[in-house]
Amino acid sequence: MIRNTIESYGWISILLHWLMALSIFGLFGLGLYMVELGYYDPWYRSSMDLHKSIGLVLAFVYVLRLLWKLQQECPEPIADKAWQRLAAQLTHGLLYLVLLAIMVSGYLISTADGRSIEIFALFSVPALPFAFEQQEDIAGYIHWLLAWSLMFIVAVHALAALQHHFLLKDNTLKRMLRPQ
Amino acid sequence: MLIKNLVKLTAIAATAVASIQASAADYQVDIKGAHAFINFKIKHLGYSWLTGRFNTFDGQFTWDKDQPNASKINIEIDTTSIDSNHAERDKHLRGKDFLNVKDFPKASFVSEKIEFSNATEGTVTGTLTLHGVSKAISFPVEKLGEGKDPWGGYRVGFEGKTTLKLADYGMTYNLGPASTHVELELLVEGIRK
Repeated sequence: MIRNTIESYGWISILLHWLMALSIFGLFGLGLYMVELGYYDPWYRSSMDLHKSIGLVLAFVYVLRLLWKLQQECPEPIADKAWQRLAAQLTHGLLYLVLLAIMVSGYLISTADGRSIEIFALFSVPALPFAFEQQEDIAGYIHWLLAWSLMFIVAVHALAALQHHFLLKDNTLKRMLRPQ
Repeated sequence: MLIKNLVKLTAIAATAVASIQASAADYQVDIKGAHAFINFKIKHLGYSWLTGRFNTFDGQFTWDKDQPNASKINIEIDTTSIDSNHAERDKHLRGKDFLNVKDFPKASFVSEKIEFSNATEGTVTGTLTLHGVSKAISFPVEKLGEGKDPWGGYRVGFEGKTTLKLADYGMTYNLGPASTHVELELLVEGIRK
């Protein structure tokens, strides 16, 4: 129930999946919202602090999830066509990769001048000891571009899950909701 | 023979020196040695000052202390080089709310008329192009000093200050009622070419 089996995901994997999904949607919405706030908006500063804090916690959870995934069984894909398996693998791989790049680029924006990032004013994550030219602008553009790309990949991922659930009527979505 | 040639050479040299002194000399703003600064200053919330600068720019001027009113200056600023000692703020300043450096990577000032009222104080009039908007501006300038430097060159330095209304240059992001204007400070040292 806790661990993955060959048929289904365990509770840890399921919780990590949905916890991250929720944070990612939250961060995307918050990100779009906060950059439009006026200077005198009471949320002008705290929205960004919150975005950074959640983002860094997400990075921590991301590492935990990868570690957990590495020492777990991977449930067998349900799709029987080879291209579907490949598509699923590719999508999952991209989700991990793009998410990592978003988190790294976000970190590089805020640390471009050597400042550290505060996580809920509890911990402070230091900047790298070096920076590249126009780091905050380049990292900012990549962060924005990849955030939208991630949403697109997430849409493909979610549509595929819904297709499995409603059209193919298999266990794909169910086994990510509770261990089967 | 030798003496004759020496006399000739001396005469040529003397004429050359005289002609240099008579016409206005060209100066390159010392960006290599960074003895030139373009600083800005704006009120924060009306409670304090925020200062910053443009790190990358280039400029030339002509100057002759005997004919100060024949002077000319042009400065070109790389707007992406804005530096307020805070990467996130600089990113914001480069973005669409302010400088929009993607569309307007350069700002410039070209003088049209320079009038000195005494040996050191004058007024520079010219065209400032910022954020794609060109406007005639006029501001006081002061010559701080000139003379030989210790390394074989000749230098002269000026200081100029002006205040711009951000909205005049199409920058209307609301920073509050005390922060509608920015002070620009131009500190240049030129090396005679």
